[in-house]
Amino acid sequence: MEFEPVIGLEVHSELSTDSKIFCGCSTKFGAEPNTQMCPVCMGLPGVLPVLNKKALEYSVRIALALNCQITEFTGFDRKNYYYPDLPKNYQISQQYNCLGRNGYVKINVNGVEKKIGINNVHLEEDAGKLLHPEIPGADYSLVDLNRTGVPLIEIVSEPDMRGLDEMMAYMVTLKNLLQYIEVSDCKMQEGSLRFEINVSIRPKGSKELGKKVEIKNLNSMKIAMKSAEYEINRQSKILAKGSEVEQETRLWDDEKFVTKAMRSKEESKDYRYFPEPDLVTIHITKEWQEEIRRNLPELQLAKKERFAQQYQIPEYDAEVITQNKANAVFYEQVVESCGNPKEASNWMMKEVFKYLDKEDVEDPNFILKPGQLANLIIEIDKHIVTRNMAKEIFDTMVETGKDPKEIIREQGLVQITDENQIREVARKIIQANPGPVKDYKGGKEKSLGFLVGQIMKETKGKANPELVNKILKDELAK
Amino acid sequence: MELYELTAHNLHELLRKREVSSLEITESVFKRIEAVENSVHCYMTLMKDIALEKARIADKIIRNNNNFNPLTGIPIAIKDNMCIEGTLTTCSSKILRNFIPPYDATVIGKLKEVNAVFVGKTNMDEFAMGSSTENSGFFTTLNPWDLERIPGGSSGGSAASVAADESIMALGSDTGGSIRQPASLCGVVGMKPTYGRVSRYGLVAFASSLDQIGPLCKDVTDSALLMNVICGYDKCDSTSLNYPVPDFTKVLGKEIKGLRIGYPKECFIKGINKDVKESIEAGLKKLESLGAKILEITLPHTEYAVAVYYIIATAEASSNLARYDGAQYGYRNAEADNIVEMYSKSRAEGFGKEVKRRIMLGTYVLSAGYFDAYYLKALKVRTLIKNDFDKAFEKCDVIVTPVSPTAAFKVGEKMQDPLQMYLSDIFTISINLAGIPGLSIPCGFTGNNLPIGMQLLAKPLDEEKIFQVAYAFEQATDYHKKKPVID
Amino acid sequence: MKITKDEVRHISLLSRLLFTDEEIEAFSKDLNSILEYVSKISELNTENVEPTSHPLPLMNVMRDDVVRPSLDVEKVLQNAPDKEDNCFKVPKIIQ
Repeated sequence: MEFEPVIGLEVHSELSTDSKIFCGCSTKFGAEPNTQMCPVCMGLPGVLPVLNKKALEYSVRIALALNCQITEFTGFDRKNYYYPDLPKNYQISQQYNCLGRNGYVKINVNGVEKKIGINNVHLEEDAGKLLHPEIPGADYSLVDLNRTGVPLIEIVSEPDMRGLDEMMAYMVTLKNLLQYIEVSDCKMQEGSLRFEINVSIRPKGSKELGKKVEIKNLNSMKIAMKSAEYEINRQSKILAKGSEVEQETRLWDDEKFVTKAMRSKEESKDYRYFPEPDLVTIHITKEWQEEIRRNLPELQLAKKERFAQQYQIPEYDAEVITQNKANAVFYEQVVESCGNPKEASNWMMKEVFKYLDKEDVEDPNFILKPGQLANLIIEIDKHIVTRNMAKEIFDTMVETGKDPKEIIREQGLVQITDENQIREVARKIIQANPGPVKDYKGGKEKSLGFLVGQIMKETKGKANPELVNKILKDELAK
Repeated sequence: MELYELTAHNLHELLRKREVSSLEITESVFKRIEAVENSVHCYMTLMKDIALEKARIADKIIRNNNNFNPLTGIPIAIKDNMCIEGTLTTCSSKILRNFIPPYDATVIGKLKEVNAVFVGKTNMDEFAMGSSTENSGFFTTLNPWDLERIPGGSSGGSAASVAADESIMALGSDTGGSIRQPASLCGVVGMKPTYGRVSRYGLVAFASSLDQIGPLCKDVTDSALLMNVICGYDKCDSTSLNYPVPDFTKVLGKEIKGLRIGYPKECFIKGINKDVKESIEAGLKKLESLGAKILEITLPHTEYAVAVYYIIATAEASSNLARYDGAQYGYRNAEADNIVEMYSKSRAEGFGKEVKRRIMLGTYVLSAGYFDAYYLKALKVRTLIKNDFDKAFEKCDVIVTPVSPTAAFKVGEKMQDPLQMYLSDIFTISINLAGIPGLSIPCGFTGNNLPIGMQLLAKPLDEEKIFQVAYAFEQATDYHKKKPVID
Repeated sequence: MKITKDEVRHISLLSRLLFTDEEIEAFSKDLNSILEYVSKISELNTENVEPTSHPLPLMNVMRDDVVRPSLDVEKVLQNAPDKEDNCFKVPKIIQ
């Protein structure tokens, strides 16, 4: 029997507001434990929450970008459960009137477009962190509550993904989108973007959903993919044997590369949701929605189309460059400084992306500054250096952080455009290579390439290739 | 007359005339405390050193100013569920027996601004759950009028302190009658303001949509003065009303001729004490003699109020009290092996029986399968109760009811059956559900010299009408002048 | 509506309250009597009645995204029953 996987994702994203969702404590990452606390986020007796307007607006931005219906009268509900990272032992969240519902996001897998449904988008507060001491056999845990109260948006998808490719595409698309609309820095390593996946299997063609397993503790997209793959296999084996999959929550073990059942059996999740009495209804008027929509930063699709039009670069290039916002911003900065969008696009697509891949980073600013690349392109345009020379200068720029002009000066890398100088070298090479010369004159075009290569070698790559070609042909014709 | 016997407005006059100092007043109050506190047991924590220091500061301000707030230099008692920075705040619960807040409640900040003097934190039913102060985790406060009886609850300590002159005025909190009922049983004036009038920031929550802080005072004028200070919009409380606060003393002395006073027919219930019934009837007659029009009104859903209250209040409480788990503060059972055991044992050992009962009830009515039938249904009936009042106030300006079906009962009398205790809240509870203001004013005594209170209610934000009627009644009677004799 | 002893145990777990068998017995009795009483609200017809969770018709109470000073870490931990390295210390959490 053939099985198909059915995957849904719950994505948590910390919003990049300055202060927490219900109090004025800072949300900055990396502070010393328990130094960003006040009576409110500590959940001390007697405290009350007051909603951060920006958190609400960022949430509406997200819901709009995900094509959701905005719930005009939205409010908060208490989710009641006990855990040491949750000081009030309830989380202020949304259950009954989530601010965004019934949306979708378009993903593209191997050229095929598909809509993944968004069940809801809702706003809630983050919990603290549990720290486990290094000492082996320690019988205690430590609690750092700094993160309690950081505004968190939860995006719940429909179980519309049918494979790992779609799941990856969804995660990447969502992440890019959140960065594009500038509501979150999406740093998975800092926990500002977290994924939980729901995986189930069913016979291919079946309309019913199988028992779903929730997987937590996924710290990167790679791990999310690995765990999904493992889980699909695990469940397939169970069903193939004729047994039933148990509906449960499992954790990914990144040392053994397996998912494992949680040690403590979670009691049936009765969160006893009820409307938060300490917060009032938020009326998201049509005017307010429009204002938020108007202030949305340019989304990816619009940017891609604008790039193709404004900069006259191929649509494919525009698509790739605008894949993530950091690239797009970098590109425009380069273009602004050097005025050559086509050249800039080529450099992005080849050299910059090569380094991004190699270093496994997203933001080109980690590789080099826009000004460096722009200046390099300017030198190319002025015919100071050839493209080949520029490639090496690029590597040096990345390595040393220096400006291209400085590198050119230091290494004496100015392009040779003196025709006499080139002619001299051409003659020398022709003299030294009678065989290839004869071949070329006999009709073998390839030999020209060899001779050009020899000239470039002789001039340490500095000779202008177009001139070399022209002059060499000229000399050979003699 | 001793200084501790006087009202705040009397003392203010003396302070203005420089005839006494705040220090003298404060020392007088503490002298009284030394004399009778061992009989009445109002206080969880006395703040004598801080009080004397604050009195000295108040005196300095008074010396250098001709105009100062009427509460400047006045000793005031604070119910032990309001946070004062650096001072033990226990809610009369073992689970908070060593809790010291690092912040002030908003109302405390307001009282500090006018340089009032804090006498101490008063005893209460644990986490404000109760109607007799017998649910305190530590001891029961006694009624100054009869030391074998309870003072009412949950603000029993505050009410008793005012009645016994162990404070000049006090703050209490009211969720289902917890200011008005002890005020009635102790013969003092107690008010629950409109929901949202007084900030709840720093008031340890029992039932968030019902709780309000309010004054307990020797007379109506003092209540108005205290309301002037504690009312007002607070940006730290999202449920705080952004409405201007009038000077409540301005209506004191206005005639009540022509005011319409409604008396709900549902108040003629079985089980209402004869003396109480007669006192209320006499009270209505007195109001009529002052020119008010008395008419019968109906609040048809009165009989459901207690049921609705004990669903909504316990549901909210079960969630509000979840934070008391021994993790960051409060009592912790240190022998527990794992976190679930730590929570469960700390809470079982730290909470009293009534608190546990209400947490269990509240958890149940919110739990899967029961939410619709209990909690959601109760929220809908709450709407019906609110609508009853809206309709009634189309016909009248003020509603009068009894406060409690009986006067103060004996210690232990109602502890056997929790339901019995709940039903005694029948007159006060619907006021919190509707969010309207209510005040209890002394209107008589039983045959055995126990105080009886009359409740005055008005539309939301219409405390002025209440004060107007209450003052007129008070000035035409002398119940407020009587004091208990404490041996 | 009768609440069984098992349900009482389940509720006590949800509430993180540890009870002896006698206490479970006593609470069962109390809860049953109270629940029986409060169930009277089911007599009322509340079709088309909106629930009231807030007594006031307040809306849109919000604050600006401004950072305010936090408490000193000593104050944060001043009531902690157990602490270490500026963190709250609790029995080990196993997942």
